[in-house]
Amino acid sequence: MAWELDNTRSIYLQIVEEIERRIMTGRYPPGSRLAPVRELANEAGVNPNTVQKAFAELERSGLVFSVRTSGRFVTEDAERIREMRKEVARKASEQFIRQMQELGFEKEEILQILEEIKETKAGDTDA
Amino acid sequence: MRDLIVCQNLSKQYGKGIRALDDVSFSLDSGRIVGLLGPNGSGKTTLLKLANGLLQPTSGEILIAGNAPGPETKAVVSYLPDAEYLFPWMNISALLEMFEDFYKDFNQQKAVSMLASLGLDPNAKLKTLSKGNKEKVQLILAMSREAQVYFLDEPIGGVDPAARDYILNTIISNYSEDALVMLSTHLIADIERVLDEVIFLQEGRVVLHDSVDNIRAQHGKSVDALFREVFRC
Repeated sequence: MAWELDNTRSIYLQIVEEIERRIMTGRYPPGSRLAPVRELANEAGVNPNTVQKAFAELERSGLVFSVRTSGRFVTEDAERIREMRKEVARKASEQFIRQMQELGFEKEEILQILEEIKETKAGDTDA
Repeated sequence: MRDLIVCQNLSKQYGKGIRALDDVSFSLDSGRIVGLLGPNGSGKTTLLKLANGLLQPTSGEILIAGNAPGPETKAVVSYLPDAEYLFPWMNISALLEMFEDFYKDFNQQKAVSMLASLGLDPNAKLKTLSKGNKEKVQLILAMSREAQVYFLDEPIGGVDPAARDYILNTIISNYSEDALVMLSTHLIADIERVLDEVIFLQEGRVVLHDSVDNIRAQHGKSVDALFREVFRC
């Protein structure tokens, strides 16, 4: 089914973000070939020109490269992908910490909560 | 192709009083899917009828690949009117034969596979079908031509959401780089993600002509939300 897209933001940017996410999570591994524009447009339920524009943006940033006649590929630069993941993790953590601070938690308490969750999660997997 | 459709100072007046279109100008390139949006009575159907030669302009002109509507344009334009126009006593296969005879660019195989996907029986007579299914048949016939321009007047108004998704996907996957799809609708939320650009008509005038991504970036809202704001009653 079509991708979940936010109605208030540019569609092509959201396509860029989704492809970045898929590269970071390893669904699109380094060096792998991307689906053709039309196929991806169908999957996302968007206009092919929009996907084209998203690919152009990804190529500009170097995350994706195209080889004449054989298609588009994910960069082979695994280091770059690791960096991106770290960057996203840092942003998510910052946001989490901000929210916790708004609720009035101090550093020690936040760490304690994280420890507790980690233990429960570990318990879950054992069971 | 640049400027596949050029509309210049196009006006249409019905009788003495009503200006259905008032000095409309725009141009459209191929490879685009364009939404023609506006409230009821804003001139959408009038514009599409002018583009297909069903009406003559009061002044101004509309050109398709350089030609005024006529035999040359009808050979390359696939038009889905907003009304039922096929003989109700015909069955679907006979309609396919008729289209095959009428249009060089009609791809019967495509039509057959679309009929199957939407669960329509080729032996069914048109008059035995529900309103929504009749609309699907008309749309399948229109989309099965390998045309340069598709003018679709309210293509998804009467069909259920699942068929709507299928039809939108068909539009996305069928149209080619050198084709242009122009569709009128008021179901904006359902289709805006497949549109490249939109034209807003209000009382026969173009009040906005921009790309969907520009509109979202500039206004921070969907085309649907902007429409509701511009045309608030």
